[in-house]
Amino acid sequence: MSEVQLRGFGWRHAGRRAWAVRDLDLHVRHGERVLLLGPSGAGKSTLLAALAGLLPSDSGQSEGSIEIDGLDPAKARDKVGILFQDPQTQLVMARSGDDVAFGCENRGVPASEIWTRVSDVLDRVGFRYPINRSTAALSGGEAQRLALAGVLALRPGLLLLDEPTANLDPPGAALIRESLTEAMSPETTMIIVEHRVTEALPLVDRVVVLEPGGGVRADGSPEVIFAAYGDKLASEGVWVPGFSFPPLKATATATSDLVRAEHASVRNRLRPVSITARGGEVLAVTGPNGAGKSTLALLLGGLLAPTSGRIEAFGDKRPPHRWRAATLTQRIGSVFQNPEHQFVTGRVADELALGPRRVGKSSAEVRDIVGELLRRLRLEKLAEANPYTLSGGEARRLSVATALATAPRLLVLDEPTFGQDRRTWQELVSLLAELRDAGHGIVAVTHDEAFVRTLADRTVPLGEPEPDPLPRRVRP
Amino acid sequence: MTLALEPLADPSAPLARRNPVAKLGAALLFSVPLIATVDVFTPAVALVLELILLPFFGVRFRTLAVRAAPLLLAAAGVLVSVTLFAAERSGDLLFSAGPFDVTTGVLATATALILRIFAVALPGIVVFATTDPTDLADALVQNAKAPARFAIGALAAFRLLPLLTEEWRALSLARRARGIDAGRNPVAKLRLFASTAFALLVGALRRGVRLAVAMDARGFDSGVPRTYARRQHFTGADTVLVVAAGLASATILVLSVVLGFFRPVVG
Repeated sequence: MSEVQLRGFGWRHAGRRAWAVRDLDLHVRHGERVLLLGPSGAGKSTLLAALAGLLPSDSGQSEGSIEIDGLDPAKARDKVGILFQDPQTQLVMARSGDDVAFGCENRGVPASEIWTRVSDVLDRVGFRYPINRSTAALSGGEAQRLALAGVLALRPGLLLLDEPTANLDPPGAALIRESLTEAMSPETTMIIVEHRVTEALPLVDRVVVLEPGGGVRADGSPEVIFAAYGDKLASEGVWVPGFSFPPLKATATATSDLVRAEHASVRNRLRPVSITARGGEVLAVTGPNGAGKSTLALLLGGLLAPTSGRIEAFGDKRPPHRWRAATLTQRIGSVFQNPEHQFVTGRVADELALGPRRVGKSSAEVRDIVGELLRRLRLEKLAEANPYTLSGGEARRLSVATALATAPRLLVLDEPTFGQDRRTWQELVSLLAELRDAGHGIVAVTHDEAFVRTLADRTVPLGEPEPDPLPRRVRP
Repeated sequence: MTLALEPLADPSAPLARRNPVAKLGAALLFSVPLIATVDVFTPAVALVLELILLPFFGVRFRTLAVRAAPLLLAAAGVLVSVTLFAAERSGDLLFSAGPFDVTTGVLATATALILRIFAVALPGIVVFATTDPTDLADALVQNAKAPARFAIGALAAFRLLPLLTEEWRALSLARRARGIDAGRNPVAKLRLFASTAFALLVGALRRGVRLAVAMDARGFDSGVPRTYARRQHFTGADTVLVVAAGLASATILVLSVVLGFFRPVVG
């Protein structure tokens, strides 16, 4: 059980001009469950880090006061647990049980008590495997479930969740919500930051909206907040429940075939599939994790050779994976799930100029292309910025822009809307609709039902993956 | 995905079961003194002894051969450089390869060096093939009093290694998608390799920082004395193993001196 009290709290990271959070007055009582909302850059994650005692006093400047049960967060560390987005960077040990035990060892829990705690908490979060299950063999959802168990094993009075499902596919996200519902003791105070508001609502009883300039904009029960501030929040990028988008389907019929896969397969990753991508059409590839969706995107993008079957594209005698890279980028553009994988320069403008230069455009043409893309994707102000410093939404826009720079007829995107706020989502969807209407072919691998509903002209579901052959957790 | 150094041996073999610190200590005590001499006899005896002991570690010869295969590269390197650059070309002339006279003396030097590489490296290979990384970290902390920050931190970083393979693949494909390939130009290939490696490094560092924060959030930096969920015991048998390893290498060296094979590295 823990209580949080903020009085005029503010924090500015060292070397930054703007305050990340400021003038924050907030009181969270014992056992309350709070959803923390606000547009990107309102300082939600900074506030959680401050509460978790993870902002060393020499890493920035603070003002006002922040207390957990009357203590400075640095002294209240053992009362607080925090779960981050990415399970891969939270798991420490090679075996699942050892990982849960790790925190207990750190806090000096007697060895005799550790293993009872471990098996208790694994049961509570619904972890299905034996405790010696390798942590490398877990799916994203299962790994995050284990990370949650590791946090709960320390019996925190205050549980902080920093977008705990943002890196997970829908089934994985559902696992975590189920675990949270089951495993939380009623005495635990909880503060959660989450873009997917609809899914998070059953977990909370209070919503606090942060104002980007500082302070709290609104505070109250979910119904009251969304009735009064729903429009404004939605326009700022928050996924407010009850706001949907009108469909943007193709008005013209699809044109010629751009890429055709015939019984193409990749050993251990994709079973034989036949699929055609056409100009003027958005094709959505859906299906569960492990069905080989990303692999199919690589095949269609000319980045991977099929083990069997054929890929034909653009009337070329040779299959796409045999083309020179410069030829490939003028025909097919690929956008990867993680935008940062695609960045190769230190400046946004250079990033956009790279493709056109590689395919031999003159410097005047390159300048025009870069200017046009910067304007179109609202990146003008960031032309000089380093691509690695962009926010999630900006990085996603840039990665799409880099693929467009060489004007390919076909665009292949892997989970383009993954983890995006509502505003970026909307921009991406309209941009893709525009490209489609201009005759481009779009292939998107996606889990996002709203994306499919709004944009897809055709959907190809890939089959079930092999069932997990490993034994389930045996309960005594 | 498997960790590169996952144990590949029968874990219940009598010597594989020994405390990881004892095994590591024994391997060091046995192999390091062998460096003192450059003759053929000493490493040959050591190698024979190592191979005799192998079954007691539960390591099969085939497994060992696979693990030790990279050493063949080093051996080939030694052979070539000794043939080319050896100053001392004593002994009978066997044959001449161009300007290089290959004599029995040259071959003896090369054989000694190659045997030494194997004799020194094998104990290490056997230790890592029979030791779970988690057990090693636990034993280092509990029995060798290594700082947990170092041992457990290294273990956690180790867990991230397999991710690098996937990351490398994604980075390479993304570069091709961006229109960057090297074709047949070796300089362009090298530059592409360097830029991909740099991106990999940047990604690894960011991931490392995030992992460190998550570990501290779970009390890794709490300063409370850690408890041990998994106990590692250093028993009498472990002491015997370490002492025996020291004695064995001492015996081999003494034998080598007495029989007149010993040729010190220095002097």
